[in-house]
This record gives sequence, structure tokens and C-alpha cells, in this order.
Amino acid sequence: MARPRIVIVGAGPAGTRAALTLARKGLRPTVIDEGERSGGQIYRRPPKDHRRSHKALYGDDAKKAEALHQAFDAAVAAGQVDHRPSTLAWAVREGHLHLACEDEIERLGFDALILSVGATDRVAPVRGWTLPGVYTLGAAQIALKAQGCGIGQRVAFVGSGPLLYLVAYQYLLSGAPPAAVVDTDSFARKLASLPFLAVRPMQLLRGAKFLRALKRAGVPLMMGAQVHSIEADGDGAAHHVCLKTARGEDLTVACDGVGIGHHLRAETQLADLAGCDFAFRPASRQWLPVVDAMGRSSVPGVYLAGDGARLMGADAAETAGELAALAALSDLGLAAPGMAAARLRLSRLRHIIFAAGVERGFAWPAAAVAGLDDGTMLCRCEAITVAEQRRAATALDASEVNRAKAFSRVGMGRCQGRYCALAAAEIVAAARAEPIAAAGRIRAQAPVKPVPFAARPRHTEDDRQDVPSAEDRAAQSAAQPH
Amino acid sequence: MSARFVRLAEADRPTVTITVDGAPVDALAGDTVLTAMMLTKGFLRYGEFDDAPRAGFCLMGACQDCWVWTPSGTKVRACSTLVAEGLTLTTRAPDGLWLARA
Repeated sequence: MARPRIVIVGAGPAGTRAALTLARKGLRPTVIDEGERSGGQIYRRPPKDHRRSHKALYGDDAKKAEALHQAFDAAVAAGQVDHRPSTLAWAVREGHLHLACEDEIERLGFDALILSVGATDRVAPVRGWTLPGVYTLGAAQIALKAQGCGIGQRVAFVGSGPLLYLVAYQYLLSGAPPAAVVDTDSFARKLASLPFLAVRPMQLLRGAKFLRALKRAGVPLMMGAQVHSIEADGDGAAHHVCLKTARGEDLTVACDGVGIGHHLRAETQLADLAGCDFAFRPASRQWLPVVDAMGRSSVPGVYLAGDGARLMGADAAETAGELAALAALSDLGLAAPGMAAARLRLSRLRHIIFAAGVERGFAWPAAAVAGLDDGTMLCRCEAITVAEQRRAATALDASEVNRAKAFSRVGMGRCQGRYCALAAAEIVAAARAEPIAAAGRIRAQAPVKPVPFAARPRHTEDDRQDVPSAEDRAAQSAAQPH
Repeated sequence: MSARFVRLAEADRPTVTITVDGAPVDALAGDTVLTAMMLTKGFLRYGEFDDAPRAGFCLMGACQDCWVWTPSGTKVRACSTLVAEGLTLTTRAPDGLWLARA
């Protein structure tokens, strides 16, 4: 058999680790990544004109980031990894991955596909969230890391999740002390999550360090708050946040920028298009693809690793990337998983417990989303209000989000539901007084991100004969006399 | 509208000038179009469905809320496009674009 082609989508911690594991076995995996440089979002690298050190960019994670970046660059330079930067994987269909790079599209066959596409911020909509100056927490961090900029000089950080405190701390260190840190989940729930979080004591200590530094700098910290709206100044840009504190006081936080996010949502579109089974995960109130402990999906030859499969963060993603690569090697009959896999699976267990703590202490504000004002914009892409989604779910009797989407268009815009779908499901479920799982999940559609209409096919080595696609193989075996 | 972003580091890079809505905008090599515009104009475009100013949201190519225009009608995703000398952009679709293309 010719050397099997293993394709990895995403060059964050999971994809990088998967690629390095396969490269060590001499397999030369292909890594498709939208970024210009590897690293993903958490270990995102600035453009080459920037000069800050790893320490300045990634703080306590500098060593991990540097190790991943250097090992990946070395493997690419040595020809052990086929890196395709600035390339979008926009569909999986009939055993092929469909790619777009600049104005060219192409399809790539594979023997094994490892999807390590990561996550985005999960954002609970709020009145005013489309105003200039309002960004996701991830965006606030990317502005700082990859561009050396703050989204404002006095930013209000709002939402929940570990990133809320990390980004606020990074802004403080960078000379832009936050206007406030407003956590929509309570202190009591954080205390209750401690036994879980304690499985990774260093992470817990880091969190405590962020809180201490913010407090010492006089940054107002609020937990258990309800965010009512983000209001604009005369210029039409974000100017203050209106909220109710845990004690029931109405409060206004003046700011010149808002970072908002409620932990993460998995990027699952390619797994969906590949035909992977999904299951509803009550703890995170999301539908996630079904995977085994090694990262095997329900579709043979398709593996899922990192935050795109389970929202467990960068360290867990490295573990999952290596496990997925070992699973692929084993399934292709190239190497037994061995002791390495056993060790990794143990570490995975620790990440699962920690992630359960994060889900408990930094929950998605489901009740607040279900109770949003009719006038709040739900779909940012097409400016569709909560009222329209409620009407789809009630007057038009849409029992789940795909049906509702056909009526309201919520989830049909350019972001394909990335920033509205979870809230859209809460609205449908609440309007019909049904459990959230009954509202379903929006099905992925190709292309998963916009592809230029003028894109033209690129003829490549993929038309080579030694890697028949799944459909070619099926056709061949059907044609053979039995 | 005025500047929203603030430069907190990496100010020592060569200047690159782009043109936005007919006016020159100074940026630094390695800035994205989004960074350059948010450090000067304070917004990127107008929403197609509400005509309200928009300034991007995710900065990682996921939300698709930061597409700006070139005079020829090509769209550029501001968060993932680096500035280049002479790059010319508009915050609204060029006049007559749809008619010209129909």
C-alpha cells in the first residue's frame, strides 16, 4: 500500500500535536490551516513584523507555545509535514475534503481525517452587542496578542469562563486596566466547582493570581451579575454597560470597549458534514460530536481532537491531538497505540474532570438568554430580533431550530449560526416550554465559511492515482467480479 | 466616529499607507485592515440589514462581520487581511456595483 494520506484540519495545539506524532512515524501528514502561521487561536502568532518574545505574548504558557511553534516549524522545514497555511477547509463530501486558498479551490482525498478545528467564543446576545467597540473575549485577546492593540483603553469584560479573567489580566499587564470584570455566574457556583478544578492545582492557582492582581489594581470585580444592555454614545459606539449586581443594584459601567463571552462553543461543522453522530451534552448545553477516548468519531477514518470535539482547553487539546494520531495509526494498521496512549488517556481523564468544574462554575446564562427582550438582536448577520425567532417557534409552530431557521432566517446568515445558534435554541425551547435538547441543533451547510464565487478549480497532485477516494474505492470494489 | 483601538505594543514598525473611503490611513506593516481602520475610523462597514456601523466581532475569521470593499467590488475580510501599501478600500459597496455586474 502506498503511504496513506492523513489530513489534519487546524494547526492549533491539537492539530500540531497530531501532525508531530504522525511525522515521527514518517507519514508526512497534510495540515490545512486558515492561519498564515501555525498556532491556532490560543497560541496564535503575530505577523512576522512583530518582535515581542514568547514570554510577553503568552505569559505562563510561553514554554508550551514556543515548544509547539518550534517543533511544527522544524517538521515543516524538514519536509515531514505538508503545511497548507491560509487555506480554508469548507466541506467534507464523499471522502474528500474541499479546500479554498485565495481564489482557487481543490479537493483532497484522505485515508484518515483528523479534525482539530477548535472553538469560538460562546456569546449570550445582549441589547447593543453589535455596536462598534463590542468584541468577543477571544477577539480582545487576539487584538492584544497578534496586533499589539487593545480593543479600547478602558474595556469592560463581561460574561463568564476562564478567558474572562485571563484577558482582563492581560489587558491590565499591557497598560489598559479594565473598567470592570463582570461575571454572569455566581461566586457560590465557583466555590462548588473547586473540587473539580483542584485536579489541576496549577491552573487553579493561576486563576487566583489573575483575581488578586485585578483586585489589587482596583478593577471592580462582580460575580453573579445580570447584564441588561450595552449602550452607545453619540457616535454610535459602545460607551457603557448596564447591569444588575448580585445584590440587585442597578449599575452602569463606563467604558470605551466591551469584551464579551461565555466560555466556548465547538466548531463542529466539518464533523457534521462528514456525517459524524452528535449527542446533546447537558452540562455545556451544546450538541457535540460523539467520540471515543481516542478521538474516533462514529465515521470510520474520521477523528476529532481538541475544543472542536470537547471544550477542555489547550493542554487537553494537545493530549487529544496525540491520541487521535495514535488512533489513526492503529486503525491503519501502522502502529499499536502502546503505553503512550495509556498515559495520555489518564491525562485526558484529569482534563475531563477539570472541564466539568469549568462548566459548573462558569455556566452559560440560559435563563437570561431565554428571557431576552423581544427587541434584542439575535442574528447579527441579518439583524433579526428575538421576537422573530419566538414567532417562528410559536405562531409558526417550528418545533426545532432548523424549521425555525426556515421561517426566521436565524442561523442562515454568513456566520452560519456560529454566534446565534445556541441562543436561538434557547429561545425556541423556552417559547415552547420544552427541554433545550428538543430544540435540536442547526445542521451545517457547505461551504462552512464564505468561498469566493469566482474561485476556480486548481489541478493538483490530488488527481494522483495512489490515493483513491472512498467513492473511487467503493466503485472499484463494486466493479470487481466477486 | 473616531479611533476605538489603542496601540499598546509593537509601535516600532515601518509605516504603510492605505486608502479608506478616499482618505489616506496610516498603518504599520503587520497590521490587519481591521486594526488599521479601528485605530483611525472606529468602524469598518455598515450592516446590510440594519445600515448600522459595524466593526467586526471575533477577529478570527468566524463571524464574517468585518467584510469591507475594494473599488472593483471584491470583498476583503478585514480581520484576516494584512495592510499593503496602496490598498484601497471602501466602507460601503461601490456605487452601481450590482447593476454593473448584473
